[in-house]
Amino acid sequence: MSDVTLNPQAQEGEASFGDYFALLKPRVMSLVVFTALVGLLVAPVGVHPMVAFSSILFIAVGGGASGALNMWWDADIDRKMKRTMSRPIPSGKIDAPEALGLGLTLSAFAVVMLGLAANWLAAGLLAFTIFFYVVIYTMWLKRLTPQNIVIGGAAGAFPPMIGWAAATGGISVESVLMFMITFMWTPPHFWALALFTKTDYGDAKVPMLTVTHGRRATRVHILVYTFILAAVCLAAGFTSIGGPLYLTVAVVLNVLFIKGAFKIWRRDDAAAEADNYLAERKFFKLSLLFLFVHFGALMGEAALAPFGLGGW
Amino acid sequence: MNFPKQHEIHTRRFGRNLGVGLVLAAFIAIVFGLTIVKITNGGQVQGLDHAGTTITETNE
Repeated sequence: MSDVTLNPQAQEGEASFGDYFALLKPRVMSLVVFTALVGLLVAPVGVHPMVAFSSILFIAVGGGASGALNMWWDADIDRKMKRTMSRPIPSGKIDAPEALGLGLTLSAFAVVMLGLAANWLAAGLLAFTIFFYVVIYTMWLKRLTPQNIVIGGAAGAFPPMIGWAAATGGISVESVLMFMITFMWTPPHFWALALFTKTDYGDAKVPMLTVTHGRRATRVHILVYTFILAAVCLAAGFTSIGGPLYLTVAVVLNVLFIKGAFKIWRRDDAAAEADNYLAERKFFKLSLLFLFVHFGALMGEAALAPFGLGGW
Repeated sequence: MNFPKQHEIHTRRFGRNLGVGLVLAAFIAIVFGLTIVKITNGGQVQGLDHAGTTITETNE
């Protein structure tokens, strides 16, 4: 007799390796890896490739662990929303306590290993990021304030700062500005999406700006944040990580972004519905490119430096 | 002897075990690589109990 016949119920719920990997939010992890890598590579200190690789890997594991803890806490609302109901916990593939165990273990593992591979400041920043994302954002403020997107954005903005700290052992104007770019980019990116998608956050009782303050206020918020974002992006261009290439890219992208935000601000929902939210959709698409190209240009400056071309 | 047909659950379980095995192997390789780099680059390899002592003192 095989064990298949002994307990068929339990076996059906057994998760595959891919289910555990999905618990780490791989798509979010890819953004973490990219921005942390840029933070590490643009730093003015050379890092051994093995140390660099390990640091990025442990930052990614820490990011994944916070994703697992987020899914553990949010399992109740994930069950109510179409976008999230197929996640490993609501779909019944992984038990919530198992996700908690995996999240806590991987968090501790990632922090200790980053401390040993790079330095303890980077490890401390990673620990703070996990704490901020899981406790401050997920457990406390996400369901309490419509500014949840802004707070969640802060957690996602830490990786380039951790990458920089892993290389230099410190915090500087440059790393804070890299943090500010992602921090200021997140709200307009998500609010534009919220304007043209019918989300079920209301059913899950998660306050979203479009619902609590209305769509007009959301349009105003997008414009204001886009202006602050432009100031931050341009400021980074005048630091040691910037240069002519980055500054040109930043000017072009921010002019386009402000133009898009201005279009969104100028019109109301009736006009938006008439063209199926074309301006909002274009703005969202541009926002995806915006962050990738900004950090790519910073990496470009660092790559050109050995040839005497990058930087000021 | 009659062996039962392999159930889907066994394939899934094998995949999971293989995944964990590969992750552990990769972890060992990373720790080994990091150790080599730290030693080669002259990083601190002695524990805190050695702080303040020099090679001469240790030899004496």
